[in-house]
Amino acid sequence: MSLELPRQDRPLTRNVREDRRPTDLGAYEANGGYQGLRSAMGRLSPADCLQILKDSNLRGRGGAGFPTGMKWSFVPMDDSPGHKYLICNADEMEPGTFKDRLLLECDPHQLIEGMILSAYTIQADVAYIFIRAEYHKAAQLLREAIAACQEKGYLGNNILGTDYSLEMHVHASAGRYICGEETALISSLEGKRANPRAKPPFPQVSGLWGRPTIVNNVETLCNVHHIIERGADWFQSLGLTDDAGTKMYGVSGRVKNPGCWELPMGTPVREIIEEYAGGMADGYQLRGFLPGGGSTDFLTTQHLDLAMDYDTIGKAGSRMGTGTMIILDDKTCPVGFVKNLMEFFARESCGFCTPCRDGLPWSAQVLDDIEGGRGLPEDMDTLARQVVYIGAMGNTHCALAPGAMEPLQSALKYFREDFERHLNGGGCPYCDGGAA
Amino acid sequence: MSEREAASLIPVLSAQELAAIDAEIAHVPYRAAVAIDALKIVQAHRGWVSDESLQAIARHLEMSAEELDGVATFYNLIYRRPVGEQVILLCNSISCWIKGCDRLQAKISSQLGITLGETTADNRYTLLPVTCLGACDKAPVMLVGEELHEDLTEQALNRLFGEGET
Repeated sequence: MSLELPRQDRPLTRNVREDRRPTDLGAYEANGGYQGLRSAMGRLSPADCLQILKDSNLRGRGGAGFPTGMKWSFVPMDDSPGHKYLICNADEMEPGTFKDRLLLECDPHQLIEGMILSAYTIQADVAYIFIRAEYHKAAQLLREAIAACQEKGYLGNNILGTDYSLEMHVHASAGRYICGEETALISSLEGKRANPRAKPPFPQVSGLWGRPTIVNNVETLCNVHHIIERGADWFQSLGLTDDAGTKMYGVSGRVKNPGCWELPMGTPVREIIEEYAGGMADGYQLRGFLPGGGSTDFLTTQHLDLAMDYDTIGKAGSRMGTGTMIILDDKTCPVGFVKNLMEFFARESCGFCTPCRDGLPWSAQVLDDIEGGRGLPEDMDTLARQVVYIGAMGNTHCALAPGAMEPLQSALKYFREDFERHLNGGGCPYCDGGAA
Repeated sequence: MSEREAASLIPVLSAQELAAIDAEIAHVPYRAAVAIDALKIVQAHRGWVSDESLQAIARHLEMSAEELDGVATFYNLIYRRPVGEQVILLCNSISCWIKGCDRLQAKISSQLGITLGETTADNRYTLLPVTCLGACDKAPVMLVGEELHEDLTEQALNRLFGEGET
């Protein structure tokens, strides 16, 4: 790909090969791998590492964008006995998101090196990689990589001759989108139904089996050893805006070249869609896009020149989320689009909180009625009320239901005339829109 | 029937299954914590989790069968009913929907004579919907067993499953 950045400017994908074959331990080391770990473990204290992370302004790449250094700073660092845990959230299931798969399948050792230094920073002694059931290849690669690291002394007792020890396990999940929510993930890792938990207490204090626990996304953890090795200033310099680092951006839908690319944080939306994704496929026009997965608000053509970073997209009324955009074209029905997402969220509700368990199927039913020509004018008011009571009011433990309302509320704002055409015209006016 | 007699009817887990489950138990604080791993291990050996298997696992993990069933039925990839030799997991999330997964689902249904949740009469395939498979740049996609099929077309489905009744 001629548009690709030089390898030194894209730390996360520098070992990704053209053919997508995985980088093994030998090749990883030959390319400087585990040097960051070696130099940091001898030279830096956990407190030093945490300070570098804080200074770097790394923000969580799983969707929420919470500052990683701040999250870690809540972990108690006294010498009290008992385990502390680091968990990698590799449960990539947000609709339209396909970035962590690339990192897991192409460079498993990068994640493991990042996790070892992350665990060292919070002084965790056990680490888990919670990976979704369907990522068979990635889970196998990670198991092999962990075994290779144990043999090399990167994992296990007294890592590289220091007094720090860490064991690492892969837990392959058994399905359900809700497992990606961090407290649900912890419930699932404990062998239970994946119901999210009320916060506080926060996992940093009372997480897995009641012990201090940090849960971070794959892409976040992959950044850590690069930052500690090369410094906060280097990381800050990678971003084009106030947000630091690079970002795995992706585009799916009816574009010429759907894909996933590591680009400077803050790359403009237009550049990602028009240059990297090659623009719209022949015969299709851009109508809108979800910036970062199925639970983010629509943005439209007026937002193309915005920088893709957390604050800019947030100010525009959406969220950068996972950074993988889903394109709505002019031949795909916006009502059908939102109905597909709502049916997904209704199916994936864990069922614990009433507004989510009973509210999302209700929203899906109303959308199905409108799409199928059975809608009534008052359905628009019903949807508007649902957006408030299921979403904005905060009546649920976790963000699933509010997230489900984001595409709906923004579709009501930007594509209202499409809903009205369905109501007035007795059904869906799009004949070739995806589902048709 | 006494409780002891009833218990004797529960099939024992194989040595292989027990070894795999015990390896997971080794790194957790209590046995029931490996409930999901244990269900997956037994399912990998037997294709699905029968009531009898469930009771045997529960006994080994020192938990009630009811509690374990609460866990098993939460997760869509733990099968509490028999499935075919291969499970087809067809993605119907948003990027695949835009690219026409509903048409492909109808096509598969006509080829195999089954709809979502059903198994073919020859027991070869079970068809299930699945959450976004994380390959949206290659949409539409599906998993057959452990193999991911990308950029799916009706022609590709013909090659995989035959022409069907269309």
